[in-house]
Amino acid sequence: MQDFLQWLQQPGLNHFLLLSGILFSLGVFAVISRKNAIMVLMGIELILNSANINFIAFSRFSTGTFDGQVIAIFVIILAAAEAAIALAIVLNIYQNFNTVNVDEINQLRD
Amino acid sequence: MTHELILQLTVAILLLPLVSFVVLIFFNKRLPRQGDWLGTSILFVALGLSIVVMIAKLTAYSDEVIRASFEWVDFGNVPLLGPMKLTLGIMVDNLVATMLVAVTIVSALVHLFSVGYMYGDVRYGRYFAYLGIFSFSMLGIVVTDNLWMMYVFWELVGLSSYLLIGHWFEKKSASDAAKKAFIVNRIGDIGMFTGIMIIFATFHTFTFSEIFDGIASGTLPMGSETWLTVAGILIFLGAVGKSAQFPLHVWLPDAMEGPTPVSALIHAATMVAAGVYLVARTFPMMTADALMFIAYVGAITAFVSATIAIAQNDIKKVLAYSTVSQLGYMVMGLGVGAYTAGYFHLVTHAMFKAGLFLGSGSVIHAVHHALHHAGDHHTDPQDIRNMGGLGRKMPITFWTFLMYTLAISGIPLTSGFLSKDEILAGTLAYGELTGHYIIPIIGFFVAGLTAFYMFRLVIIVFLGDHKDSHRLDAIHESPLVMTLPLIIFAVLSFFAFYSFNPFGAADGWFFDALKRPMSVVPAGVAAAGIEEFGEALHHSHSTAMALSLTVAGLGILVAFATYYWKKINADAIAASIRPVHQFLVNKWYFDELYDATIVWGTLLVTRIVRWFDDTIVDGIVNGTASWTRAITLGAKGNWAEGKLGALFYIAVGAAVSMFAGWTVSTSLIPEAATFWSYIWYGLLGLATAGLSFFMFYAGVGGFDNRIVDGMVNLTAYAAGFLGLITRRIQTGKVQTYIAFVLVGVIAFFLWFR
Amino acid sequence: MDLYAIIFYLFAVITLGSATIVVFSKNVVYSAFALLFALFGVAGLYVLLMADFLAITQLLVYVGGILVLVLFGVMLTTKVFDVQMKTKTIQMVPAVAILGLLSGTIVGVFWSTDWYISENPIDVAKTAPQIGNMLLTTYLLPFEIASVVLLVALIGAAMIARRERKG
Repeated sequence: MQDFLQWLQQPGLNHFLLLSGILFSLGVFAVISRKNAIMVLMGIELILNSANINFIAFSRFSTGTFDGQVIAIFVIILAAAEAAIALAIVLNIYQNFNTVNVDEINQLRD
Repeated sequence: MTHELILQLTVAILLLPLVSFVVLIFFNKRLPRQGDWLGTSILFVALGLSIVVMIAKLTAYSDEVIRASFEWVDFGNVPLLGPMKLTLGIMVDNLVATMLVAVTIVSALVHLFSVGYMYGDVRYGRYFAYLGIFSFSMLGIVVTDNLWMMYVFWELVGLSSYLLIGHWFEKKSASDAAKKAFIVNRIGDIGMFTGIMIIFATFHTFTFSEIFDGIASGTLPMGSETWLTVAGILIFLGAVGKSAQFPLHVWLPDAMEGPTPVSALIHAATMVAAGVYLVARTFPMMTADALMFIAYVGAITAFVSATIAIAQNDIKKVLAYSTVSQLGYMVMGLGVGAYTAGYFHLVTHAMFKAGLFLGSGSVIHAVHHALHHAGDHHTDPQDIRNMGGLGRKMPITFWTFLMYTLAISGIPLTSGFLSKDEILAGTLAYGELTGHYIIPIIGFFVAGLTAFYMFRLVIIVFLGDHKDSHRLDAIHESPLVMTLPLIIFAVLSFFAFYSFNPFGAADGWFFDALKRPMSVVPAGVAAAGIEEFGEALHHSHSTAMALSLTVAGLGILVAFATYYWKKINADAIAASIRPVHQFLVNKWYFDELYDATIVWGTLLVTRIVRWFDDTIVDGIVNGTASWTRAITLGAKGNWAEGKLGALFYIAVGAAVSMFAGWTVSTSLIPEAATFWSYIWYGLLGLATAGLSFFMFYAGVGGFDNRIVDGMVNLTAYAAGFLGLITRRIQTGKVQTYIAFVLVGVIAFFLWFR
Repeated sequence: MDLYAIIFYLFAVITLGSATIVVFSKNVVYSAFALLFALFGVAGLYVLLMADFLAITQLLVYVGGILVLVLFGVMLTTKVFDVQMKTKTIQMVPAVAILGLLSGTIVGVFWSTDWYISENPIDVAKTAPQIGNMLLTTYLLPFEIASVVLLVALIGAAMIARRERKG
């Protein structure tokens, strides 16, 4: 118990990893349980952010180099691109189906 | 010009017609004018290259043989046969160089002629493609340096002749003729193949020079000179087929069913020349006996076909038999040892015979168009009795045709005189040396016959009166593409191209370049040597010349007396010797003879084989089938159907298998047997026996239906049941799948923790 | 408990609390705004991890760019009285079960693994120069490809979102 309190008072690698793990789980939950396509997208953003936290934490504590940060930058770039494309698709679907409910969008258009 | 360049040019000459074939066979519909210009110009390029090669070879490298070869496949040490290697190679000696020009010049001019003759044909483009592959095959035979490549090209020539003779395959006679040519050639080829195999089994090589070296060093097939003779004769059999020698000459006249330019190509430079060329190629390994055989075959061929030619009325048939006769001359010339003369006759004959056929093509073309114009579809445009007086209407055709006729009859100042005279002198020398005087006698007699029937043809077709003057008016000279080849061939029929001395071919460059090769066979069985033969030839030369001129003049005189001045009534003579005349008209009844013996015999054999197949083989097969069926269906019903054999089988099988099951089971009873072990193993034995009995009673089919199918159905049912459950999971929704993936990932984490 | 720990827990609570609202909120507009705070919290965590450049980037790109996009998406697609938010695809109970299982597994793995800790962790005031250096040397090719990807995404998004002209 004393060790645990000691651990709590000195945030290190494990703290960040645990935090990102919880954030990842929340993102996954959003992805698998929400039926609004935009909510799904937000879940994906959360997942990407949790991954980024891991990259930067390892970069800081484990490797001591900046490679993790650079990769985090690439992740952000891809997240931006993904968000743009995904929202465009969602808008397109909404125009065609008048809904963003992923359960109802179950037919391939010609 | 280096050796390499000559070889490269030779390969180019060989492959150019193949290019023409490949392009035309696939793209003739897409090309303008169906590609006739392409085939023709390619052949003219090949002709130009051939002339270059010939001049280079004969001037700079006259005394050497240029060759190149590489190993293609090495089969290693083949069981029963010894080491076996296939090499691909070409060689250029003086024979090849001259032959290249002869082949390409005829082929090129035939292409040119065909542009006019075949105009508007249904398969115009394909026809030119076939001409290309025909030329390619023939050139392949010429340039190769080994027997197996020659055999391959030999068969290719057979194939392409089949395609061309059967060009108008809608006509039954044309397709029959194509088949006949192919099959008859095959008969000769079997002999050639056997001969090649004898040679190969002895020397383990196909290359000519190595074979000759082997013979010269004293190696003989089976160690005997007789077998060398046999091998030579067998290889010559190939030439008998291709060069239409007696008794396989029957295909050639039928081959007239092909388009006339094709006849020119076949009869002048390509197919029939291949046989003569083969003999010339293998000349050094021929023993005296083999050569005598060759000489006699040639003489008989020349005589038989010359007699037949007299009685024919179809213009192409006459020319066909004259070809056979002249081929007989060439083979006879080679056989008696007049090597250069025989081969020389091949070249000169190629020129004027190609001309004769193209000339006849021009005549047929004109007559056909005149008949067509008049709306007459019944009169045969090839029958000389429907012609007459064409000389005035078709002056170019007439004068060139006359030139060829003079050449083939052996009149001085023509090329034919030079070569024929040399052959006849050779036969006479042979008669002096060996005492076989029958050969020169036949030779001179046939020379007279040749002059007679050729002038008969010229007089009836071009001179005299036409039966129908209206039809005569409609006949016109052929276009320039057709007359130009005629003029070229006519020019090439003059003596000056071969020797500047019109009475002595031996003084010309041709005899200078083509010396008779040294024989390699053992001295005991060799024919008369070059010097001995030359001596005899020298003696007989002037005699031969005088005699040949006399008989030729006599033949021409009789022809004019009979058909021009009408002093002799041919019909009356024919009527008075009617059986003989009929015999000649019907071509010595060769076809009928073959029909009655070989064809009928083959049919008989096939009938016997068919009976054997229907009754014995099918009986066994059907019996097996019904037997098997009885086994699979079991004993039920067999009694009613009366299949006692099946019942017996089942009874015996059931008994044996029951006994086996009982024995196996009871033998498993342990040493220290208890009461219960007896019971158990006894029950097992009974069960085994019962199962066998069931299988034999219900048949394997019953077992299959009830037990095997049952298991299969059970499996299928189980799979269906599982599918019914699992398909609930398959919602088609991505999110569900993600959830499953996550569960899987978690499982992995926990498993590999 | 030093200041670093206090600030860490502050940002951690902001991040996880906002993320929870994002995930469990019934109203998509609330979710979007909660996402803003979650991303902001993450930016704070980046600062704590000595990644000042990334923290700024996070704010600029996510908060300034992606979030605005998401809000546009929400407003262009959502009907105001969109009550039924949860999907039928997977029922709530199994979803929560999977969530618990997943987070438990991940946390367990992170907890139980003996991570390698460097002797000399990053401890510099400015990271931008190093990152810039690496982007133009070691990671030049991915950098260029990323720029092309962005261009393609720009064009593609415009292309897809454009209303189709009928006929």
